[in-house]
Amino acid sequence: MEETIHNVVCTVCGCCCDDLEVKIKDGRIVEVKNACAVSLSKFQNYNNEERIVKPMIKKNGEFKECSFEEAIKEASIILAESEYPLIYGLSLTTTEAISKAVELAEALGGVIDNTTSVCHGPSLIGVHDIGVVTCTLGEVKNRADLIIYWGSNPVFSHPRHLTRYTVFSKGKFRKERKERKLIVVDVRRTATAKMADIFIQVAPNQDYELLSALRMAIKGEEIYLDEVAGVPVNKIEELADLMVSCEFGILFFGLGLTMSLGKSRNIDAALSLVRDLNEKTKFLIMPMRGHYNVTGANEAIAWQTGYPFAVDFSQGYPRYNPGETTIIDILNRGECDAALIIGSDPAAHFPVSAIKHLTKIPVIIIDPHKNATTLISKVVIPTAITGIEAEGTVYRMDGVPLECKKLVEPPSGLKSDEEILTEILMSVKKLKGEEKLYE
Amino acid sequence: MSEILIKNGFVFDPLNNINGEKMDIAVKNGKIVEKVSSKAKIIDASNMIVMPGGVDIHSHIAGSKVNAGRILRPEDHIKDFEVKTKVTRSGVGYSVPSTFTTGYRYARMGYTTVFEPATPPLKTRHTHEELRDIPIIDKGCFPLLGNNWFIMEYLKEGKLDECAAYVSWLLNAVKGYAIKIVNPGGTEAWGWGKGIAHLDEEVPYFNVTPREIVRWLCKINNILNLPHPIHVHTNNLGKPGNYITTIETMDAVKDLAKDGKISIHVTHVQFNGFAGTSWLNLTSGAPEIADYINKNTHVEIDIGQITFSDTTTMTADGPFQYILYLLSREKWINSDVEAETGAGVVPFRYKKSNYVNAIQWGIGLELALLINDPWKIHMTTDHPNGGPFTHYPKVIAWLMSKKAREKTINKINKNAKRRLDLPDIDREYTLYEVAIITRAATAKSLGLKNKGHLGVGADADIAIYDLNYRKINPSKDYRLIKKAFKYAAYTIKNGEIVSRNGEIITSQRGKIYWVNSKVTDDLQEAMLNNLKTKFEDYYTIKMENYIINEGYLRDSFMLNVQSEV
Amino acid sequence: MKVKLITGRSLQQGVGKEAGKFSQEYFNNVAICELDPNDMEALNISPGENVMVKTKFGEVVLKAVKSAHSPHKGIIFIPYGPWANLVIDPETHGSGMPNFKGIEAEVFPAKGEKILTLIEVLEKISGGK
Repeated sequence: MEETIHNVVCTVCGCCCDDLEVKIKDGRIVEVKNACAVSLSKFQNYNNEERIVKPMIKKNGEFKECSFEEAIKEASIILAESEYPLIYGLSLTTTEAISKAVELAEALGGVIDNTTSVCHGPSLIGVHDIGVVTCTLGEVKNRADLIIYWGSNPVFSHPRHLTRYTVFSKGKFRKERKERKLIVVDVRRTATAKMADIFIQVAPNQDYELLSALRMAIKGEEIYLDEVAGVPVNKIEELADLMVSCEFGILFFGLGLTMSLGKSRNIDAALSLVRDLNEKTKFLIMPMRGHYNVTGANEAIAWQTGYPFAVDFSQGYPRYNPGETTIIDILNRGECDAALIIGSDPAAHFPVSAIKHLTKIPVIIIDPHKNATTLISKVVIPTAITGIEAEGTVYRMDGVPLECKKLVEPPSGLKSDEEILTEILMSVKKLKGEEKLYE
Repeated sequence: MSEILIKNGFVFDPLNNINGEKMDIAVKNGKIVEKVSSKAKIIDASNMIVMPGGVDIHSHIAGSKVNAGRILRPEDHIKDFEVKTKVTRSGVGYSVPSTFTTGYRYARMGYTTVFEPATPPLKTRHTHEELRDIPIIDKGCFPLLGNNWFIMEYLKEGKLDECAAYVSWLLNAVKGYAIKIVNPGGTEAWGWGKGIAHLDEEVPYFNVTPREIVRWLCKINNILNLPHPIHVHTNNLGKPGNYITTIETMDAVKDLAKDGKISIHVTHVQFNGFAGTSWLNLTSGAPEIADYINKNTHVEIDIGQITFSDTTTMTADGPFQYILYLLSREKWINSDVEAETGAGVVPFRYKKSNYVNAIQWGIGLELALLINDPWKIHMTTDHPNGGPFTHYPKVIAWLMSKKAREKTINKINKNAKRRLDLPDIDREYTLYEVAIITRAATAKSLGLKNKGHLGVGADADIAIYDLNYRKINPSKDYRLIKKAFKYAAYTIKNGEIVSRNGEIITSQRGKIYWVNSKVTDDLQEAMLNNLKTKFEDYYTIKMENYIINEGYLRDSFMLNVQSEV
Repeated sequence: MKVKLITGRSLQQGVGKEAGKFSQEYFNNVAICELDPNDMEALNISPGENVMVKTKFGEVVLKAVKSAHSPHKGIIFIPYGPWANLVIDPETHGSGMPNFKGIEAEVFPAKGEKILTLIEVLEKISGGK
């Protein structure tokens, strides 16, 4: 039997392209149309030899396969006995699953953080300070005549961003590439920079200075220097002129701003620059969110707890204090005594000091594939892959919610993240003497 | 399911003309019934008042802009949190509470139904996700249609039936309840950083006017037989002199009233009741608006009272929120939504000492006190714009007691006090009238036949307040009024006691209301054929992915309506 | 040579990640260090030879790759991943975010030195556990 499923939402990056066409034959995916290279790699490889199909518990340094019941029980005991457990990941799963994770963190009196912590956490801190003047991507497609990518290289990180939403897209008021100007600001001449009308090479760790100079320039203030952050002042003034004189401008910013010196202060400067520009013209700003549902993790955690990430329930109510309740800081200080990782691989992406603490505590991981973190875990619970074998809600980088589909059956016995988390939650509540789940 | 007998309460049920009569109310299987068996749980309501559960017609409780407000303001939450209990989830939030907390706080006040009045259709899946997570209360949402590109294009081309079919399809697609219009044409102009100054100014590129948009959607509302009239946030909100725009907007649809029914609900009119030409000579336009409403039968309003507190303003009126940012220089969120609408969020603190804020406070109360017929008035604070919904008891006290008003009047800006009519108004609301503006009129306006009253067959959504009707004099004892309405002695939802003296006893899931509107198959097909290509031109998602299945709502309540086309 | 270290996403890293963290593809795409061609010349290293990157926080041996995004004198690039972790700055300055970009580093030719496998990297971190 063969069928083609249309309008499939891609579950790779924050673009959440929803136009994939997936051909299925005898319950297997045989062809994917409209996908980018990364998406295609995901569809081609999701059932590779690194796929885990059986739960495992590590005993005496060796993994032993076990039943789901045993794995859930072991995980629940670890969590229920822990004093300050950490739940982390959540940007590669559905908001339905994230909601369960929040409830679990609350029931445990632990802390829940998502990968925002190490990508656009500073951007959200910036929003707490300044606010944000933003829009959905369709506004850019329909109206934008000036597009800036700053510290972001979408050709690599969000391969279809330019064609679907920005310079190469066709909108109501802008039909062609030549009606739009593309500016790239980066420390290196990236693949995206090569497509730009103007490339500005900023010195590493000096984005704040350049943003501040631009804020001065758009207000018509004199800059008494020859260059700022390695950029000649006349070039800064030229850029400011372009920004002020466009009809509809947008600044997309990436981790080049959040991860370098200044962090949230860089974001404050960028958010302020765009806000100020609205006294001259229409100008908007948007973070280039990485994973396909990192935005949804912020949204769901925020509507349930009031805060977008790094929420601590140890006092029985939501507390939030980045720098204190964020995962890197908790691990660096060696505070948590157990961890549940879902849809993330911290052992591959954290600084050494943080990974070191993870290797000392019992770690439970829920993931479809082997990764660096599974190696250091005590309990490994394999799961169905969201967007291929499980459905649910995800949020595009601009907050547009989409429902991703279940295309094929998962390998026998595998459940969705939401189902696994629900089972752990029920089991934990039983251990803690609370039978009832909340309505 | 359990039976309950509420004995000897003073009942206020305006839809059934019951005004403080001492009587029993019987509940079985979630409904009000004639009588119950001897096994029924008895609630002794002697010396208490019994009302239908509160119905809030306009309160921003869920969706993308509410959540943007939450994310914007950790400082709002840190001072106001709730610890988890055996039956409740934890949460935070003074002016923008988290979802669980929102449900509990409404239930504690005796409210059982709340409508979110502004959802961008493209992001309504998000709104439903939050509504799913608001416990206890029933709820629904109004999609924003006043700046929709397709609607403006149908209007330009004069395709009324096809546009009605589109609106019908859209309400179905996103599971919405009513047509919401915010700054018609003005939010689209804001897409270019511009604004719309009057009802007959053309929207850039679309060449239609706000007046035409409002009339057009009013006609469509009639054609589709929707349960609630068009719900309008007029142009020029928050600008001196805007009371004229308000009256003009009301008058624009006067001739479209069908069978003597209401043709327009104008929302949070306080923000649209400014007379004067600048911030310096701002005065209340409430007397003029009230005069118009008293002389006409096609208009109803909610007041959008301000309550002097720190709060978070949020509307789909992007250009207004920008003005508010310029005035306050507070932090500012703007969020435009492709082909549909926009949104803005700005924290704000209303101060008694501030001239403009004091006038605003006066406008809201003047509206409520000068409009004679309480059925045309709905009590709101436009939560959280005028103040958090938890301040309703304060508003009730102001309405019921001149003395309570005087106490505040003596603290407000002296110039504002001099310029308001409010100090000279003697009217005081009765409990019967309070029941009208907080449940009976709102339920009626929303077309919720089983809510807002306590007749046999109604939903057993009931509020019992510890207030001895025979003994108190609300005019003097306004503090007792405030206290009683803060925490209902009992809140019964769907036949179950959910809250007792401010403590949530049991939680349940409320339903999500939406209208299942139908047009003829031929008309729908013709409309969809045209829509499909344009949809992909204007949006960045596929049409199929725009549609929300009923199952997504989890506890859906579908109201079938049959259109005339 | 003193340089500034940038870590970040690359298309190949993304593709390799989907292929599997233990795949040869991931190793080939992530256990690398991109350098400016002029800097490579100054260091006297050819593409494909190994270099050692040292920061205040650790050291790592990687395969040198000629940057396709030059000129960017004095800047080296390592894709996100286990190898970059060994040299990034864990300090969050109260923000929750470690320094992944703009870290002071030194780079040396390391022709004879071996690049650790992912498993060896983890063993090194956990102290052989």
